[in-house]
Amino acid sequence: MSNHDEVKSIIGDYKYGFKTNAATVASTGKGLTLDVVKEISRLKGEPDWMLEYRIKAYNEFISRPLPNFGPDLSFIDYDDYTYYIKSSKDVASKWEDVPEEIKDTFDKIGIPEAERKFLAGVSTQFESEAVYHSTIQELEEKGVLFCDTDTAVKKYPEIVKEYFGKVVPYTDNKYAALNTAVWSGGSFIYIPKGVVLEKPLQSYFRINSEKMGQFERSLIIVEEGASVHYVEGCTAPIYSKDSLHAAVVEIYIKDNGYCRYSTIQNWSNNIINLVTKRALCLKGAMMEWIDGNIGSMLNMKYPACILAGEGAKGNCVSIAFAGSGQYQDAGAKMIHLASNTSSTIISKSICKSGGVVNYRGTVKHAKNALNCKSSIQCDTIILDDISRSDTIPTNIVQNNTSRIEHEATVSKISEDQLFYLMSRGIKKNDAMQMIVMGFIEPFAKELPMEYAVELNQLIKLEMEDAIG
Amino acid sequence: MRLEIKDLHVSILDDQSKEILKGLSLTVNTGEMHAIMGPNGNGKSTLAATIMGNPKYVVTSGEILLDGKNLLKMSVDERSRAGIFLAMQNPMEISGVTNADFIKSAMQTRLSEGEHVPLFKFIKALDKSVADLKMNPDLPQRYINEGFSGGEKKRNEILQMKMLKPHFAILDEIDSGLDVDALKIVGENINNMASPDFGSIVITHYQRLLDYIDVSHVHILMDGKIVRSGGKELITKIDQDGYDWLKLELGLEDMEEPKKAVLGVCGAKKTK
Repeated sequence: MSNHDEVKSIIGDYKYGFKTNAATVASTGKGLTLDVVKEISRLKGEPDWMLEYRIKAYNEFISRPLPNFGPDLSFIDYDDYTYYIKSSKDVASKWEDVPEEIKDTFDKIGIPEAERKFLAGVSTQFESEAVYHSTIQELEEKGVLFCDTDTAVKKYPEIVKEYFGKVVPYTDNKYAALNTAVWSGGSFIYIPKGVVLEKPLQSYFRINSEKMGQFERSLIIVEEGASVHYVEGCTAPIYSKDSLHAAVVEIYIKDNGYCRYSTIQNWSNNIINLVTKRALCLKGAMMEWIDGNIGSMLNMKYPACILAGEGAKGNCVSIAFAGSGQYQDAGAKMIHLASNTSSTIISKSICKSGGVVNYRGTVKHAKNALNCKSSIQCDTIILDDISRSDTIPTNIVQNNTSRIEHEATVSKISEDQLFYLMSRGIKKNDAMQMIVMGFIEPFAKELPMEYAVELNQLIKLEMEDAIG
Repeated sequence: MRLEIKDLHVSILDDQSKEILKGLSLTVNTGEMHAIMGPNGNGKSTLAATIMGNPKYVVTSGEILLDGKNLLKMSVDERSRAGIFLAMQNPMEISGVTNADFIKSAMQTRLSEGEHVPLFKFIKALDKSVADLKMNPDLPQRYINEGFSGGEKKRNEILQMKMLKPHFAILDEIDSGLDVDALKIVGENINNMASPDFGSIVITHYQRLLDYIDVSHVHILMDGKIVRSGGKELITKIDQDGYDWLKLELGLEDMEEPKKAVLGVCGAKKTK
């Protein structure tokens, strides 16, 4: 065994597998009880209505059965996780005030550069609280609110109270209930009427403590005619034990508003990621999910659009990559409740080294939603004989004027394509990468430049051991 | 440089009982342009694919040497970097990868570590080559061969050859699918490659491409072997008389693959 292999066998080949020794200020310890839920709310100094909401959600969570679809989740021992850790006392307003340890971690990911380049604002979640948050002049002048959700509960209670849990109620599913009970951090964005943000808003998330669950709660409200592109990046260090992650993202888009939400989820390969992401689109509103799933051991994520207003549009472009030991169960949901609404789903899946990747999606045109159009395209590349992929679409049309088109392909990398690229001098590995990168191009081209570059690097790393 | 093919025997991987090349020998030096002609189904494309290292073909005996080095021991990409180029009969489509990225990556493989293809020079050279071939200027940004017409695909092969500047280019029926104007453009661009560092093997079963390319040697490939070699006069001879006189002279019956009638085989037989 070479040195390199030895190191790899110990830490794995996860690129962001470093860990910093950030000081823990407060923790609820392992396990989940009603007292833990109350303690989280107390530590945060929350208003009573939020505490009550958490308690209701906790009761829902413990009484709710496991989902009856997708991967088996019965192995999860909920008492084996810590539900709240706070690593720095206050939310830092300036980069200079951020503790060195934490800064070090962020430097490795390159947040300051990203911010300097073109991002309008940064709200970074480290452990369970946001420690660094800055919004530039432009945002403030336009009346845009952008902060972590904890701060929003304190600073803008009326807005949070009005929208929190409206798009994803705690009764929606077991993990939405879990999130609502113990949520911490996440991003809050409010775009006032008619405000169009040209530059994307960005946030990085990171789990940094063994056995710590992360339960961000994001809430985005886009008022009439307003427009925003939000970019969320996830990376996490390596742990020896499983780590649980159940996020909820709620997006409320009013008439003719626009929201795009881009993510590349790259949790380390021991994380269980159970996410509920949903947008409600009113009249003429448009939602676009750009959703990348590369990391985590087990991932269940189906970004949804509820097209509730006439003429609303929903798009979801996603990729899922499953390597050794990974189970990606991902897809999209488009629920058409109003007439003349349209939706598009493009899903690209790749599996190798025994990984499992499924597309699971639902498209529904309700009885009164006339003249709706949906197109679904699911493509899969299976890189070897030991990996698996299933396409599990549910398409429902309940009237005579709406139409759903569904197209699906499953293929291997063709020998002829490999020969063609290699005959120009490109090595086999690079040629395979090139074909895979081409395969996910419909996704990559939707990303901001630096994310596309990072995606390229991630896919290269993932592909490295794909070739025997 | 010299490309030597010695007593080459080649079969198809899937059916090794069937020998396609039956002891073919050929030597091409840089500075020379060779044409290989012959009826269909006699092994011309097999020769091209074998030189490049297509895994669908198996060399059962004989050798191919590039300046004395064993080409058959090299992988496909190594052969390319050593200076071999194959313009394919059916270029593959690769979705999501732009022509420009592809060609730049291919050029990059020829540089040593730390060196990079200079971007500005690259774009200039690519634009010039695209213009030389009278191709659509948006070509660099289009995905490799995706949605290309047959003629565009062929021109795209020549474009890659121009950018990669190989020592030996094998052009496998580059003329098929080209109209007369395109044929002329492609022919001229191949001619312009002529230099003391460039040799080529132009494979065709039509004579018309050779109206535009100034070949120095002409070979006739029949029944897996080179059966005649000569100069341009051979082209005229074939043009006038076809191949029948040669078949007679060589005592070959019919070179075309006889169609086998197979009983009891379902029409849904899986083919790769």
